[in-house]
Amino acid sequence: MSALPATAPWTLIGRVGDVPELEGRSVTIAGRRIAVFRLPDGWAAVDGDCPHRGGPLSDGIVSERCVTCPLHNRRFDLRTGVPLSGGDGIAVHEVHEHAGNLYLRLTG
Amino acid sequence: MPGAEQGILVVGGGIAGQAVCEAVRARDGDVPLTLVCGERHMPYDRVRIGALLEPAAELDGLRLRPDGWYEDHHVELVTGARVEALDPDRGSASLSNGGGTVRWGRAVLCTGSDALVPPFGNSNAPGVHVFRTPEDCAEITAAASCGPRAAVIGGGLLGLEAAFALSKLGCETTVVHLVDRLMERQLDAGAAGMLSPAIQELGIGVRLEHATTGVLINDAGRARGLRFDDGSALACELIVIAVGIRPHVGLARASGLHVNRGIVVDDRLVSSHPQVLAVGECAEHRGIVHGIVAPIRDQAEIAADTLCGIESVYGGSIPSAKLKVMGVDLVTAGTVDGEREVVVADVGAGVYRKLVTAADGTVLGAVLLGDARGAELLTDAVRRTERVDDPLALLAEASAATAAELPDDAQVCNCNGVCKGEIVAAIRERGLGSTQEVVAVTRAGSGCGSCKPVVSELLAIERDGAAEEPAYLCPCRRQTREQIAAIVREHELTSVGELGRACGVGRDCGACKPGLSYLIEERQAGRFREERHARLINDRVHANIQNDGTFSVVPRIRGGVVTPDELRRIADVAERYELPMVKITGGQRIDLLGARKEQLPAIWEDLGMPSGYAYAKAIRTVKTCVGTDFCRFGLGNSISLGIELERAMEGLHTPHKVKSAVSGCPRNCAESYVKDIGLVAVEGGRWEVYVGGAAGGTVRKGDLLATVDSPEEAKRVALAYLQHYREHGEHLERTYAYQERVGLEAVQHAVLDPDEQATLIERFKIAKAACDPDPWRERSRPVHPKQFAELDTEPVDLVALAQERS
Repeated sequence: MSALPATAPWTLIGRVGDVPELEGRSVTIAGRRIAVFRLPDGWAAVDGDCPHRGGPLSDGIVSERCVTCPLHNRRFDLRTGVPLSGGDGIAVHEVHEHAGNLYLRLTG
Repeated sequence: MPGAEQGILVVGGGIAGQAVCEAVRARDGDVPLTLVCGERHMPYDRVRIGALLEPAAELDGLRLRPDGWYEDHHVELVTGARVEALDPDRGSASLSNGGGTVRWGRAVLCTGSDALVPPFGNSNAPGVHVFRTPEDCAEITAAASCGPRAAVIGGGLLGLEAAFALSKLGCETTVVHLVDRLMERQLDAGAAGMLSPAIQELGIGVRLEHATTGVLINDAGRARGLRFDDGSALACELIVIAVGIRPHVGLARASGLHVNRGIVVDDRLVSSHPQVLAVGECAEHRGIVHGIVAPIRDQAEIAADTLCGIESVYGGSIPSAKLKVMGVDLVTAGTVDGEREVVVADVGAGVYRKLVTAADGTVLGAVLLGDARGAELLTDAVRRTERVDDPLALLAEASAATAAELPDDAQVCNCNGVCKGEIVAAIRERGLGSTQEVVAVTRAGSGCGSCKPVVSELLAIERDGAAEEPAYLCPCRRQTREQIAAIVREHELTSVGELGRACGVGRDCGACKPGLSYLIEERQAGRFREERHARLINDRVHANIQNDGTFSVVPRIRGGVVTPDELRRIADVAERYELPMVKITGGQRIDLLGARKEQLPAIWEDLGMPSGYAYAKAIRTVKTCVGTDFCRFGLGNSISLGIELERAMEGLHTPHKVKSAVSGCPRNCAESYVKDIGLVAVEGGRWEVYVGGAAGGTVRKGDLLATVDSPEEAKRVALAYLQHYREHGEHLERTYAYQERVGLEAVQHAVLDPDEQATLIERFKIAKAACDPDPWRERSRPVHPKQFAELDTEPVDLVALAQERS
């Protein structure tokens, strides 16, 4: 993984309405695929590719706190990126909602 | 591979290699671990290889661990590659099949053994087999299918299990043994004398003191019999050699290690090279090469200690064995002859129970034949070399022993080395409620399965005799399907979100949400409110996700009958969207692979065909043969009935996928016997309805549910069965598993009773009316603007597409 700048910039990634509740969508920033999730109490963003076999985490089943990869059911905590069913964890990133817009900053 | 120079290479994916990996991981979660298996298969349980000779057996059932285990435990698994050369000084190994070179810090050789084939004439003639690998079993099963006379050379544990399996396959079978008693390595003369009649009782011939000198062959060179040293002969066309093992030591020898019969190891299981260990049938410790499973686990534990820097000494193992032949209970442990022998026998009933002790009462061995009660207690006494004052009393006590009396450190599962204490602790600490859960968590009972009754008994004791818990639909909240259904009914809930707010199910890990969606949809039919977050991605975009994140598209082709125009459109779509593969499926459909999510609406538009539901737990396909339309043999119109049946069922979700077929005659060209629902036309205009068939990972011939007089009736019975399964199947329970769980009789009662059938059909109609026969219509009415797109992509615009085309 490449080193991040001290403060990565915020990037406008879309509108609040672009992601249905308890679902995810992906966006590519600085060549990295990021999965963005809309949770009942806010937003979460993590690396978009499952470290296991590269499954698209944004297509996974989402609960209030975790996502399950659609390919082989690896599960990750969305707040921490911690793997809940073995294997490697994933980086988490920051999402900011302002005036109906969504902004993302790479932090991991 | 980072840190590979410190890594451990395990050569050989049998029970020994797997046991070493597990024992190492129990001590060190991080050390890089690579397991190289010469066979193409995932590590499997060779002890139970005889099970593969049973009808409809499958290798998956012998799997030691599921696929995910290796990844979850960071074990790099390489199958289908042999280690061709090992350089202990440089720490490198080169793999066959272009597998490259693996670097390692320590290596453990678990290369096992080959079947020993004595050097007699024609031992490699067609018809002569060894009994070692799944491939051997497949060959033997195929050869047995034409009903040959069979002979098994070797009357040891493996030979008797092979003979039993061949006899069950319908072969007239004889066991030929060199010495004067069966299983002479494990049995004393008394028990062996009673074992022969017990085996003969099963219809298997036994010839003792017969040394085979050669295989007799016919003009074509095929085996036709065996010749013995006394000049006599035995006519047989199928011969299985099971006389013993020959340790697999070629690699060790070529690597410069000290080899006698096996690879010589010290008390830490280290070979003559300090970085190389050996475990299992390939290892020779204090002059002994073990060919049974229990010592292998002992060795794996010590080897793992050595690898992880823990001082530990292997002092040898107490051999123990169980004969896995139905109707002949036989357990032995330790030495079977000694200074003091206490024997209880009932010759008429075929029971022989013996305890061997030293002069001072130290328990050294036990033999239990015909009545293996108390086997765990006695085996444990042998293993711990317990001292008893009254051996006869111990033997008597064992007959009445229950699991409650076992000491905590008594080994219950010899296959996996699990003690009673571990099982009880797991039940208490994790609140386990079913035998299935206990087996999954502790591994006890997942080997040969003979200790499962003890596992159930321990569970019953811990639960004060309460009935076992059923499977949970929501494991996080420990809620069963029936419990959740009751909540749905009571509060008249119509969505997964409401259900979650009512009782919490589906909110923790979310994995059960698709199951909850199905449950509410099935119970509430037309009142169900679908929430897409509670569906898998496949059901959100109505296509099947592939390993690269693209999707496959399968249009509905009812009965497998397609028009030239539809084929042309399919071809056009494949070219226009540059789909990398077009594949004919096993269910008589056409699969377009490699579509991106954004392309799906446009592809469906251009196909102009409805969804084939190939991505869902739903009605999949109805295969047909050409039946009376064209076939010379057809008895019934399978195509029209198949299309009609598919039209009637399509669009319905089911507990698991449902594949069907309609065949026009018992030649069964549409494979109706192995479908979830299969119809077969028979003489006299009648139709057979089969249910619960399978021909995937599990192979099972369907149960004949009914034979009826007309195609209309066949369809009605099929639909009633479908609704019955929809209402009673557990989520992700295929019909073959459902049939096994519930039994044909109960299903017949529920589906064929005229009143019951009428209400099932009524509820089927309500469900059918509520389902969506073609979710691909969402191409022009998406449930969300981004249903088929990511944040930075857009779905293909259908309006623009149409304008561009015109």
